Amino acid sequence: MLGGVFHAAVLFLVAAGLQLVFGVQKILNLACGSFYALGAYTGVSLVQWALGAGLPRPAFLPVLLAAGAALAVLGPPVERVLRATYERDESFQLLLTFALVLIFEDVIRVVWGTAPHQLGGDVYLAYGRIPVGRVTVPVYNLLVIVAAGLIALGMGLLLARTRFGRIVRAAAENRRMAAALGVDMARVSTRVFTLGVGLGTVGGALVIPATAAVNEMGIELIVEAFAVVVIGGLGSMRGALVGALIVGLLKALAIAVYPEAEMLAIYLVVIAVLVFRPAGLFARAAA
Amino acid sequence: MTRPLLLAAAALAVALVPVVAGPYYATLMLPFFGYGLALLGLNLLFGYAGLLSFGHALFVALGAYVAAALTGRGVLAFEAILAAAAAAAALVALPTGALCVRYVKIYFGMLTLAFGMLFYSFLLKFYPLTGGDEGMPVRRPRLLGQAFADLDKIGFLTGPFYYYALALLALGTLLMWRVAHSPFGLCLRAGRENAVKAECVGVHVRRLRLAAFVLAAVFAAVGGALLVVPTGLADPLLAYWTHSGNLVFMVLLGGFAHFFGPLLGALVFILLQDQVMSLTPYWRVVFGTILAVVVLFFPRGLMGMLDPRGARA
Repeated sequence: MLGGVFHAAVLFLVAAGLQLVFGVQKILNLACGSFYALGAYTGVSLVQWALGAGLPRPAFLPVLLAAGAALAVLGPPVERVLRATYERDESFQLLLTFALVLIFEDVIRVVWGTAPHQLGGDVYLAYGRIPVGRVTVPVYNLLVIVAAGLIALGMGLLLARTRFGRIVRAAAENRRMAAALGVDMARVSTRVFTLGVGLGTVGGALVIPATAAVNEMGIELIVEAFAVVVIGGLGSMRGALVGALIVGLLKALAIAVYPEAEMLAIYLVVIAVLVFRPAGLFARAAA
Repeated sequence: MTRPLLLAAAALAVALVPVVAGPYYATLMLPFFGYGLALLGLNLLFGYAGLLSFGHALFVALGAYVAAALTGRGVLAFEAILAAAAAAAALVALPTGALCVRYVKIYFGMLTLAFGMLFYSFLLKFYPLTGGDEGMPVRRPRLLGQAFADLDKIGFLTGPFYYYALALLALGTLLMWRVAHSPFGLCLRAGRENAVKAECVGVHVRRLRLAAFVLAAVFAAVGGALLVVPTGLADPLLAYWTHSGNLVFMVLLGGFAHFFGPLLGALVFILLQDQVMSLTPYWRVVFGTILAVVVLFFPRGLMGMLDPRGARA
């Protein structure tokens, strides 16, 4: 069960990035899975380098977070490319992000090769394990869950309380109106997209002590992140949180009960939600 | 007046490939027939009805697995296989399509993607039925009752099967041309431009979209069955969402605003992939860049460049 929550925590980060970008730019970013994969690979490399440089093992978590956050620099240039299609049909935007998926997949192949990369179990367990109920879980999992919770809280505060948050919400509500009222939409878009990329890369970096980084991780995660945003409702932060929990727990449950149905169960829920509540569980306006 | 001539010349050129260019290029052309058929259907959805499907690979894979299942059970008549693939696709497309066409744009794309991935995970996980990640082998079918037992694999593929597939694609093209230029096709386009207005003048937009969805699925399944005879394997990756993405890529590359755009797109995609893959293992980077350039600067695709008048032929 805690495994499910751990997965949900990571999934939430990626989905939150997806939601944020969709909210403001109205782009469904297929490439968010690629950012997640990039975060994972960079995380592995950086931690290995840091440990090689003599850093104590428990210091790997800040290194991972830094790796994820640093990758957010990819945001502005990518957003610049996407900007050309804001006024066009959304099919083109979707295809452009698909092009990014293809490109990033090979970038990863060129830089890291096709073999899986992973950090040893000793890094994963550097913080030890503690018993929770009848099972013992690595402390690291709990740390990630807490971290994701804090990020969720931070995002909520950022959106609800700050000036930037108000602008983002206004832009999500009505792009043109916000621009007419003097909001520099180009700047807001860049920042929002960068934030979205950062959430994805941090999510990828955080997952890496627990699993290996493999070539397919990006395109596999994206469909799960999609499931999350569909279940939660496009553009809704609370939806991302609940959707991630549903998908994460469902996956853990399915693996425990009937492994064949793992992905099947998720897609069935997605289809059910789309059919009965197409706007998702938490969306305000119908599409 | 020049169009029929051009088409005849193109068909003749394709027909001469095995004779003139040799077996390598003839086998290279084989996927073109399958993809061509699938894309004709996909473009009816995307170009004419304005619905971008990110799960069209579902039906390609369905046709492929029908072919595998039937040849595996000793049903070798290819006509029966194609009919079964088409029937299976229609059967699956009716309920899924009925749900999908209730939505447009991004929601349509996501729902089709979800269905595609549902089928993918079914193929992957139900090992006894589908062979799991190993896929299912496809045996050589009989064409028009002929087994061509005296021909080896290459001889069969570049000989009888090549012309069979070419004829099938020509037939499909003709059929789709009639569909796209019928009142039905016009109504689909009206529904794409302005669904409310179309409803007001008496067009059952949703019902037409469902019909287009089913027809597109049938084309894709027939294409899928054609696709796996040369490879001899029905693979679950045929249903994966990136494969759907590639299908859309081909349509866009050729130009979705043009009836023949998808065919050109399939041809160029296949030849280009062969070239690029022989140069570098990192063909995705090249193709991703091409796709980005096409989306950004040539949204009307290759046909848009060749035919700048932009006539929707």
